[in-house]
Amino acid sequence: MKMPLAFLPEQASTLARDVDMLYLFLIGVSMFFTILIGGLIIYFVIRYRRRSDADRPAPLHGNKLLEVVWTTIPLVLVMIMFFWGAAVFYKQFRPPADAMEILVTGKQWMWKMQHPSGRSEINDLHVPLGRPVKLTMTSEDVIHSFYIPAFRAKMDVVPGRYTSLWFEPTKEGSFHLFCAEYCGAEHSLMKGWVHVLPEDEYEEWARGEDPDLAELTPVEAGERLFTELGCLACHNPASGTMGPDMTGLYMSNVELDDGRTVVADEEYIRQSILEPMAKVTKGYQPIMPTYRGQLDETQLMQIIAYIRSLGTE
Amino acid sequence: MSAQAKQENYLNAKHTVASWLFSLDHKRIALLYLLTILLFFVLGGIAAMLFRVELLTPGPAVMESETYNRLFTMHGITMIFFFLIPSIPAVLGNFLLPIMLGAKDLAFPRLNLASWYVFTFGGLLGLGAIIFGGVDTGWTFYTPYSSTYANSQVILAALGIFIAGFASIMTGLNFIVTIHKMRAPGLTWFRLPLFVWSHYATSIIIILGTPVVAITILLVAIERIFEVGIFDPALGGDPVLFQHLFWFYSHPAVYIMILPGMGVISEIIACFSRKRIFGYPVVALSSLAIAILGFFVWGHHMFVSSQSMYAGMIFSILSFLVAIPSAIKVFNWVATMYGGSVKLDTPMLYALGFLGLFIIGGLTGLFLATMAVNVHVHDTYFVVAHFHYVMVGGMVMAFFGGLHFWWPKITGKLFPELLGRITVVIIFIGFNLTFFPQFIVGYLGMPRRYHIYPEEFQFLHVLSTAGASVLAIGYMLMAVYLLYSLVLGPKASRNPWKAAGLEWTTPSPPPTHNFSEPPVVKFEAYAYDEEEVYQDDAEPGDKGHG
Ligand code: HEC
Ligand SMILES: [Cu+2]
Ligand SMILES: [Cu+2]
Repeated sequence: MKMPLAFLPEQASTLARDVDMLYLFLIGVSMFFTILIGGLIIYFVIRYRRRSDADRPAPLHGNKLLEVVWTTIPLVLVMIMFFWGAAVFYKQFRPPADAMEILVTGKQWMWKMQHPSGRSEINDLHVPLGRPVKLTMTSEDVIHSFYIPAFRAKMDVVPGRYTSLWFEPTKEGSFHLFCAEYCGAEHSLMKGWVHVLPEDEYEEWARGEDPDLAELTPVEAGERLFTELGCLACHNPASGTMGPDMTGLYMSNVELDDGRTVVADEEYIRQSILEPMAKVTKGYQPIMPTYRGQLDETQLMQIIAYIRSLGTE
Repeated sequence: MSAQAKQENYLNAKHTVASWLFSLDHKRIALLYLLTILLFFVLGGIAAMLFRVELLTPGPAVMESETYNRLFTMHGITMIFFFLIPSIPAVLGNFLLPIMLGAKDLAFPRLNLASWYVFTFGGLLGLGAIIFGGVDTGWTFYTPYSSTYANSQVILAALGIFIAGFASIMTGLNFIVTIHKMRAPGLTWFRLPLFVWSHYATSIIIILGTPVVAITILLVAIERIFEVGIFDPALGGDPVLFQHLFWFYSHPAVYIMILPGMGVISEIIACFSRKRIFGYPVVALSSLAIAILGFFVWGHHMFVSSQSMYAGMIFSILSFLVAIPSAIKVFNWVATMYGGSVKLDTPMLYALGFLGLFIIGGLTGLFLATMAVNVHVHDTYFVVAHFHYVMVGGMVMAFFGGLHFWWPKITGKLFPELLGRITVVIIFIGFNLTFFPQFIVGYLGMPRRYHIYPEEFQFLHVLSTAGASVLAIGYMLMAVYLLYSLVLGPKASRNPWKAAGLEWTTPSPPPTHNFSEPPVVKFEAYAYDEEEVYQDDAEPGDKGHG
């Protein structure tokens, strides 16, 4: 049986330190109050112990000043906690614009990752040292949660939605990857390792052992699906205007036939493919067939990656 | 003494089984509830012991993952829905509320009896779910796992919880009406014992919150049976919607569980310090503040659920604010002892144990409200430790503290004081040994609900299991001496603790109609400066009422 020597896990990302500093601050405040109140209780118990059954202590109804003081001090302290916590949270939530994107799908009970180079892996995640990485994640079935304690990073992986998680590794080595949201029988086996490699070793790894067998990148795979599934029949500006042009669609404002305007983000595109009737683009006939059941979550993410590669507004 | 022994009381008034099962007496119904919830407490405890043994080793040892998952679900569902939520209100509240108000019974005695039947029926369905294969969704029933994927008795368990919810609502309604309408002459709102205030606040939460969880659980069942898309995205539903609905009730439910406990603690600390609770109106109103604010913080369970960042920030700041009334209560309790006459009898030891554990539980709640830290510890053992400090360290300590405090009143018997004190110490040590290591293992990254875990966490798990065994010994010891006291314990006088409060002015155990003549209240609560409060075995009626 190994004894844990530390009470903090390894710090292996840029944000790990920030989270730990806050944690230590909270421990400090907590210890202060625990000792203060605990000490007072012990002192009062001894100092005011009942000496005789005839003791009749003088009544004391309260003290306005004290009440105000012990309301204000905690109030100030918790506001510090809130703002500090929110500031770090803001960083945790916002991936840098230049982050490398890796696609992740969770399903009972495994993680599948696809790198920009096209290489995929299961339950292992290779990432380069010192480069921000953003995971775009979804689930094939139930809710999972992607958790890397050494990076102090966690985000739920939700079916029907895209969530993202980012980190910048600061330490080489292998770190635990856990599923943190209970997801059924083998929830506790839905885990793996995150391997942080130096940049060049990562590049080499990402190309794959055999360059001839190299897999398609997500964008290439998406383009191929776009052709194979017949999307081009309607979405081809060269051959007509049955369906809208995909160029510049990503993140643009789309006007719907019911008058609403929506932003064409990942979730909108996903919904357009799975439930085309839910949001019909203004000026077009609702003739697009649904592709529900024909595409798995990885393929959907590849198509979206392709559409994104066609430019942003 | 002998005169009192011959007196008729609610226990010896009638002896048939039917006189218990169809009793409209709030005191008898309270005891029916007590037996029922203790059964669930034992079941939930056995489940916990089994999986604590399993967690001694990192790999599978005595059970499969399926079994492990059913055990922690059973533990959660029985402990929360069938033990903690009804514990203090339905047992101590039921027994004491009318007496504290100087009333003969609750406003609706039949509704009270009905609530016990409804609760028991819900409980039987819950038991059925366990017997016919168990449930494996966790007590949180997250969708779409519970609504589509889980292959277990979800519907039966959901139905059980749904039905038991009605029992809560009936009790809550009964309490509110009773408090409004049946106070004795002279018993103004600000003369009410804080126990009554906290039950009033709890009842409000019960009435506003329980329907929401009932409907939510019903929707899960509907989606499961009829495949209507509500929560499962594959059917066009939204899985996160479930979490909003579920926590909209289940966060306030935390206060349903803790507020009555706070009420008990106020009574005990006042009695064993012989002081009025310091800042009484503040403590009374802080219960209401908690009840109201508690409805606006549910999103702190969802910081990493894909909820928007700004929503998260609002829930975070509100969660910090709701911590303030609880902190104020703690300060006031401690200040109550200042200048008092403090005696460390068993109930007081429970109250001080409550304070110690609740402080740690409350402070670690601040860690969880701090978003950046929450991201790391959410769904880890840190959270498990936190809510056990609040629920077991807080509520269960308060429940047993209250049970000991009012034991002479309820049963008419005294319990062995020394054994009582030893047991509190055992429970306190066992509790901390069980749950403190879980804070550490949680921050180290151990996710909750893990059957198989990395080796480096084993040491802390072994400590936890050792602590759980100590805790179990403490509870068993308590069961033994309380049963002994029931049969062989010396007779209790009317006011053995020399406590203030109407319940101590009537004999132990009280007569069926609580008071021989309707009491009139002349003092505010906790009037420990009035000599009348200290009256013990005087015959009812011959010394004023206090
Ligand atoms: C039968 C013709 C047809 C086919 C085949 C078709 N679409 Fe469409 N698609 C349309 C039409 C028409 C619209 C606009 C009306 C609407 O929103 O439903 C549209 C809208 C869309 C939109 C929303 C665009 C916007 O401007 O709002 C996306 C994204 C999309 N399709 C993707 C695809 C993909 C990916 C495929 C292949 C898997 C595909 N479509 C196949 C006809 C088609
Ligand atoms: Cu999982
Ligand atoms: Cu909560």
